[in-house]
Amino acid sequence: MLTCKEFLTELTDFLDEETDPGLRAKLDKHISECPNCWVVVDTCKKTMQVYKGMEPQSIPNDVETRLMDALSRKMAARRSGEA
Amino acid sequence: MTALAQPAAAPNPCLGWYHKESGMETAPRTDIFDETALVDLARQGDDTAFTALVSRYDRKIFRLAKNITQNDEDAEDVLQDAFLKAYTHLDRFNGDSKFYTWIVRIAVNEALMKLRKRRSDKMVSLDEEIDTGEEQVTREIAVWDGDPEQKYGQAELRQILDEAVQNLKPAFRSVFHLRDVEELSTEETAEVLGLSVPAVKSRLLRARLQLRERLTKVFKRKGDDTLAYM
Repeated sequence: MLTCKEFLTELTDFLDEETDPGLRAKLDKHISECPNCWVVVDTCKKTMQVYKGMEPQSIPNDVETRLMDALSRKMAARRSGEA
Repeated sequence: MTALAQPAAAPNPCLGWYHKESGMETAPRTDIFDETALVDLARQGDDTAFTALVSRYDRKIFRLAKNITQNDEDAEDVLQDAFLKAYTHLDRFNGDSKFYTWIVRIAVNEALMKLRKRRSDKMVSLDEEIDTGEEQVTREIAVWDGDPEQKYGQAELRQILDEAVQNLKPAFRSVFHLRDVEELSTEETAEVLGLSVPAVKSRLLRARLQLRERLTKVFKRKGDDTLAYM
């Protein structure tokens, strides 16, 4: 059986489902027998999920306006350079 | 509200669309174009297409910039500088990667320059050796009390998540943000940050465990603690 320390070193690949089937089976067996590691996996998954679920907030209007103004000036400068 | 003409009915090189009823030109429906089509048009000199790319990604780039710099003013500078640089150097974008990955790389570089300027006494680098430690952080072993997205309001949850991320080292924060928030692949994250794939994985593990630890302190079920599982 894997130790908890060995399990944790494989945790990133385990969470991202990037482990080969043989190792995956060992890791699955470990969390079925180790409540602490099961909790760590469960709460890591929830951590990832809660961040993924956060939509980016709207940009403040003044920031958006300044961005588009700066872009317009750049585009106008390029067009006048081409003329 | 009147319907816009369907894409197949009124495609034109300028991305202009017309109201069926009035025949007047309307705001371009650039949202229906995929990224590659917009980039192709922008590279041919279509500024409307480039503006559409900006509108598509500016919220994400602003969030990324805020996440790395932890400062609103710096984040605005990064947002502007990144898109202006992308516009100026669009001919250098070779299409090997996604435009989004390219603009993320530019924004990360701009954000790091801001960090370095602000912390001139402390060198900030994402490729520095980070002590990932032999001991992983797993002190809080407790199940969460329900689903935080159900239990907390959007604003309150956002504040909790932001505070947890702010406490990560910049090197961990950037990797976590690109992988788990922006959902870039490990390889894309490595490319954007100039790191090896093993370095990304190592930092991602530390970041996830540290965030899990902090969030568990907030979200854990009352009365649950390590002893319950020992």
